[in-house]
Amino acid sequence: MNNVDLVIIGGGPAGLAAAVSARKAGVENLLILERDSELGGILNQCIHNGFGLHTFKEELTGPEYAARFIAQAQELHIPYKLNTMVLDLAADKTVTAMNKEDGLFQLHPKAVILAMGCRERPRGALNIPGYRPAGIYTAGTAQRLVNMEGYLPGRKVVILGSGDIGLIMARRMTLEGAQVQVVAELMPYSGGLKRNIVQCLDDFGIPLKLSHTVVDIQGKERVEGITLARVENGKPVPGTEEHYDCDTLLLSCGLLPENELSRAAGVALSPITSGPLVNESLETSIPGVFAAGNVLHVHDLVDYVSEEAGAAGAQAAAYLQNGEQDAPAIPVKCENGVRYTVPATVRPACAGDTITVRFRVGGVFKNKKIAVYLGDTCIFSRKRPVLAPGEMETVRLKGADLRAHPDASCLTVTLEEA
Amino acid sequence: MLDVLIIGAGVSGCAAARELSRCKADILVLDKEEDVCCGTSKANSAIVHAGYDAVHGSLMAKLNVEGSRRMPALAKELDFAYDQCGSLVVCLSEQDRPGLEKLYENGVANGVEGLRIIERDELAKMEPNVSDDAVAALWAPTGGIVCPFGLTYAFAENAAKNGVKFQFDTTVTGVAPIEGGWRVETNKGSIETRLVVNAAGVHADELHNAVDTAHPMQIIARRGDYFLLDHAAAGHVHHTIFQLPGKYGKGVLVTPTVHGNLLVGPTAIDVDDKEATATTAAGLAEVREKSGLAVKDLPMRQTITSFAGLRAHEPRHDFFIGEIAPGFVDCAAIESPGLSSAPAVGAMVADIVKNSLHLEADPAFDPTRKGILDPKTLSFEERAALIKEKPAYGQIICRCESVTEGEIIDAIHRVPGARSLDGVKRRTRAGMGRCQAGFCSPRVMEILARELGVDQSEITKSGGKSKIIVGTNKDAF
Repeated sequence: MNNVDLVIIGGGPAGLAAAVSARKAGVENLLILERDSELGGILNQCIHNGFGLHTFKEELTGPEYAARFIAQAQELHIPYKLNTMVLDLAADKTVTAMNKEDGLFQLHPKAVILAMGCRERPRGALNIPGYRPAGIYTAGTAQRLVNMEGYLPGRKVVILGSGDIGLIMARRMTLEGAQVQVVAELMPYSGGLKRNIVQCLDDFGIPLKLSHTVVDIQGKERVEGITLARVENGKPVPGTEEHYDCDTLLLSCGLLPENELSRAAGVALSPITSGPLVNESLETSIPGVFAAGNVLHVHDLVDYVSEEAGAAGAQAAAYLQNGEQDAPAIPVKCENGVRYTVPATVRPACAGDTITVRFRVGGVFKNKKIAVYLGDTCIFSRKRPVLAPGEMETVRLKGADLRAHPDASCLTVTLEEA
Repeated sequence: MLDVLIIGAGVSGCAAARELSRCKADILVLDKEEDVCCGTSKANSAIVHAGYDAVHGSLMAKLNVEGSRRMPALAKELDFAYDQCGSLVVCLSEQDRPGLEKLYENGVANGVEGLRIIERDELAKMEPNVSDDAVAALWAPTGGIVCPFGLTYAFAENAAKNGVKFQFDTTVTGVAPIEGGWRVETNKGSIETRLVVNAAGVHADELHNAVDTAHPMQIIARRGDYFLLDHAAAGHVHHTIFQLPGKYGKGVLVTPTVHGNLLVGPTAIDVDDKEATATTAAGLAEVREKSGLAVKDLPMRQTITSFAGLRAHEPRHDFFIGEIAPGFVDCAAIESPGLSSAPAVGAMVADIVKNSLHLEADPAFDPTRKGILDPKTLSFEERAALIKEKPAYGQIICRCESVTEGEIIDAIHRVPGARSLDGVKRRTRAGMGRCQAGFCSPRVMEILARELGVDQSEITKSGGKSKIIVGTNKDAF
């Protein structure tokens, strides 16, 4: 354990894919640290299908998708520790962790991959007034109770937020015998995938109320009802209140990358994604510390998490072989509805054959084209009939194009009229 | 027949119980909720007021200063989280300065030590994020912050260690005099006792009025809404910051907490329903609006939760402690600074009871209590040794607050111990962090069920009907 070169924090989809890729790229001494009691992360409670269409060209459930990567990790004899919590990551990459068997221990790897995933935004962060009774759960907590433990957390349900987990839980709770009355979404558009709205709400006749929010929660011990109201310009409109009798309020109001360890280590974070600012190699502001998956930015599909984490694993392996790459970096600017990009900076000299730029938009856009400029030169453009905040966009840029204009001071990702 | 029945297991009732446990007596503490510290004591500013605010000559002023003075030694004796960080009352306009001076003089008269009016330069050095409008402040170095749950549990556990019994989920429905004492009717039968201590918080007037019809008391539930901010916001202020009421109205306080969060609030809204601890949109908006008066750039988007508590306000605005009938002692109208005053309130109530019943000191009394061990306070080596000896301290259950299984097991087996998610949360902070129990509640439910020997479906958030699980999958089909 004392000569570990690469520590991967998190054994979910990102950590597994990063480990497999790093091992395949020749990293001998690596270790996955996982806080839960099994590998696979949140996939273990995602028993619905729809995973793996890109990676495996077939439709898998979450546990099946995880099992594919766990099998690869085991074939490659990648060591891992379960029930192991990383307590601290220092700027010099010292990892302090603990579990019941090894007690408290420290590792001094040469490289680290951050793969801690994300957490759900809780009720408190949403400032919903009212009592604080039992019966208010994030969609993910309810998902764990239902799918992992077989317990029903409620019978008459209202869901606030149309994130993917909320949509999935609308269907799951219905199938398990609960009555899901409505899904309310603060924004005028859903934060979830279109396919989930169709398959989880429309197919079960569950109404989706856009531009609505919960303005009151009734019930002191257990939820007895909630009040919805229509929202205009971010504020509830008086007179539009509607009461719903329910015993449960599920929240699916966004995911936040879990970067407490990164922050403590001094990794620079993006105020927009709450994830690390990385370069084209998925390396953070600390050389040798890489990030991938939902800890970096919240993804829509796990397939993209695996792909990104695979790249991070390969980059970590290259770092271990070649050391730090010193090359000039240019920032990636976002314009016209592009909220952020990963990476946030690019070193053209390190871009290899291609680099992948992922981003999300801040609203619903129709008949646009995605355009990428290096300085003033357009190096990429693609038409998109619809762009929505719920769907992540991916652009691949040629390394040769990036190196063709050495004087360019920035890369710009923008939306233009098609 | 009991010697003493204390109605109410809030901080005042528990402080009185602890002080009375110094004597040889049969003492029972009753509460209508499922645990200690479920009312006003759990939802307040978590402040130890220095004592400059209460009107000179009032009982409130006397007990506040005395309580604050006792707090540092008590924190060591009973091992609860307390920090004498000092407090500042910020004056935002030259025209309000006379008010600041008046406050200073009142504090000096009350016997508050170390008070000083400081000017803007010194203030800005102490608190770089103080409002640009701030012209001066009253500096009270004896002001502090305390864990309100920790203080209440410390009193309760030390009382229990010295023989005091606790009974929960018990609502008092009536009280009547009998030969040599009182019969107290409850939803769980009647209890006979030589003496009753009425520490029923917002409901203390109901008991008082049942005993003394000639001098009725009215307690008004005065709601305070608060925001709690994440650890990431800690450091924005270093002291408890009040705003001097004046030109800009009455503000809200901004304070660090002993656990490294930031607390902002409260409002003061009188409500008819004495159980109405619901926050309202208007209340939260008011806190948000006023939060910026004395402190600038507050990172309100770091909010992890909001909550409301009810103060037991009495129109005369003073504590009411005394034997109103033979063997019936009021400990009523304990509104702010009740938490700060608790050590002195407990001692005063105990003195009255001792005199009334002629209680004898118990030589076996043990004044000490060890709190739940927080492994984060240990050195690397000590912590490693602890996990080796007790592996449960190597298993993190609450990720946000790094709470281990060992701490949760300890909390459940304390007397009085945790029986619900909130009981575990208040004792260990599991579920108190930024994800607000999203990850750990299923794990804590498992541990509670295992340690208490009950089914997981029996586990509640906070007793009563607050069950987490209502059934099993497909049981409706």
